[in-house]
Amino acid sequence: MFLFVIFSAIAIVAALGVILSRKPVYSALFLLLNFGTLAAMYIMLQAQFLAMVQVIVYAGAIVVLFLFVMMLIGGGELSDSRDKGASLRGWLTWPRVTALGLSALLVGGLTYGLIAGTLAPIQGSAVAFGAGTIEAIAGVLYTEYVLPFELTSLLLLVGMIGAVVLARREA
Amino acid sequence: MPERTGVLIRRNVLIIFMSVEMMLNAVNLSFVALAYHFMDLNGQIFVLMVMVVAAAEVAVGLAIVMTIVRRKDTTNIEDVNLLKG
Repeated sequence: MFLFVIFSAIAIVAALGVILSRKPVYSALFLLLNFGTLAAMYIMLQAQFLAMVQVIVYAGAIVVLFLFVMMLIGGGELSDSRDKGASLRGWLTWPRVTALGLSALLVGGLTYGLIAGTLAPIQGSAVAFGAGTIEAIAGVLYTEYVLPFELTSLLLLVGMIGAVVLARREA
Repeated sequence: MPERTGVLIRRNVLIIFMSVEMMLNAVNLSFVALAYHFMDLNGQIFVLMVMVVAAAEVAVGLAIVMTIVRRKDTTNIEDVNLLKG
């Protein structure tokens, strides 16, 4: 519990740093911190393999991809102009109202679950839950979920081709 | 909450992308927590699928950002309104 409080506090501060930093490079570094604390939380939740994948894929690949794009775009006009002085009426467009409503629904539902006690952690057999290791994940992934696993390779291929086609300079 | 706020208040498309990534991570965290709660591995498998989708999305999305910057020289989404009627 103590570790969870520490890591979640770091994660929230890092998330706030992502959206409040003036330069996107600092945002990317805060994003790295956020992903790192999430990996720590995965380890606390007995998902050791997912923690490693989190570090390799998110911290290793995605944040580096963000930093590469910032390097290619250049740092000159990266600090965005936040629309200051905009009136509340102009700010409240319907996508924002919808997003705020859905967020309120989520927070309300979680709060209700916590108060009503239906989300209280199961005690007891938690220690025996050794799952989340590579062996356990592979045992499920390559038997029961082998078709979705194959389809992810197709998705990655399509994503790769799409990225190459989009980022290619027109000759 | 911070990630949704990021999508709502920031106008830089890179920051919005990072906020979307944080949203996917929030969903992943709840999947892992519920997998732990119910002692069931299916949640962790689903997290792997979400990670694959996030990786593909970032690759394509950042390619789109590169194309926009090359054409219009901006990362502000307010300036990209070609489809606005």
